[in-house]
Amino acid sequence: MEHRAALDDLLFRMADDALIYGHRNSEWTGLAPILEEDIAFSSIAQDKLGHALALYTMLGQLGHPDPDTLAFTRQERQFRCCHLVELPTQDYAVALMRHALFDYAERNRYRLLEQSSFAPLAALAQKVRGEIKYHTFHASTWLRLLGREGTDESCARMQAALEMLFPYALGIFEPSRYEDELRASGIFAGEEELRRRWLDEIIPLLEEAGYRVPPLDSVQPCYGGRSGYHTEHLQPLLDEMTAVFRIDPSAEW
Amino acid sequence: MSHSVTLRSLDPRVERLGIPQEQPAFEGVPEGTHLQTFEVFHQAKSGARHIHVGSIHAPNAELAMVFAKEQYARRSECVNLWVVKSSEIITFSPEDADLFATTREKTYRDASGYKVMQKILAWKQRLQQKDTDQPSSSS
Repeated sequence: MEHRAALDDLLFRMADDALIYGHRNSEWTGLAPILEEDIAFSSIAQDKLGHALALYTMLGQLGHPDPDTLAFTRQERQFRCCHLVELPTQDYAVALMRHALFDYAERNRYRLLEQSSFAPLAALAQKVRGEIKYHTFHASTWLRLLGREGTDESCARMQAALEMLFPYALGIFEPSRYEDELRASGIFAGEEELRRRWLDEIIPLLEEAGYRVPPLDSVQPCYGGRSGYHTEHLQPLLDEMTAVFRIDPSAEW
Repeated sequence: MSHSVTLRSLDPRVERLGIPQEQPAFEGVPEGTHLQTFEVFHQAKSGARHIHVGSIHAPNAELAMVFAKEQYARRSECVNLWVVKSSEIITFSPEDADLFATTREKTYRDASGYKVMQKILAWKQRLQQKDTDQPSSSS
């Protein structure tokens, strides 16, 4: 298959992002501030695991092992997720701000992929469009409510979350060594183009909601995740996520 | 009188949150900070009527839409939802239920009250009679 390595790189980034982000968000199940929000946030987390499953399945069709093996048996160094999705959240403001930063990137990534020359990816992008539209609607609604429309405390906590998370958010777009190949083959317009589109959307959104976006030239993006170098938080997450699977890897579910 | 409560959990997620073990007693929700209630109306198909399915709590109208989608449109077919602030619904007071009591004989207002119904029944009966009277052609 042509462009195999480039496709692998792109698909593992996306699948690992969705899996780890979905898992992190599922940690709020039962703990979110209000019942209705708990259900909404859990449901979004579940959607992300669905996206991860679809992407791992696609990798399976390219000759990789089955989704469970990919999700539960790889070593930390083999994961290609960005640092943003690995961070544990102790404050719901951080969880919501990450939700906005990440899901607006997801929305733009999948929008670009609707035109992908790799048909399975284009089909998936069209299939998840509605879900991601809903995820960003949920995120932007909270952004506004807790920002300009909120209290001094909500605004301050969201602002602090934004400042803490912004360098990690820029790490989503860590360039791949396959950028040119992905672009030339029409598979994906590339991380740089994605970053540009994300900034065009997220900066006005954050500013209108009442937040101050850190000046881009003052921020050092957190890179490394895409080449397997992760924060200290990923390994404990993997230990917990795979605990049941490891009891009996051959069990049928 | 307020006394402290000890929170302990076996759930690793709760431990991660780092909630202090000693919590002040819950003093209740301050006046004016309750979420609003919204009524949810669900439309299963385009063109179908919206049917009242229940209510939800939400801080504002937009989040009411988000929560309504999760509560009432996650598992069943849905093309649209209405959410309406419960307080904006104009309604009779429960004490006025007697307004709806039918106090007099008003069967003339019902279709079954019309004499024509008796005529139709009589005609149907005659028709049936005729059927049983006629010998079957095959015999």
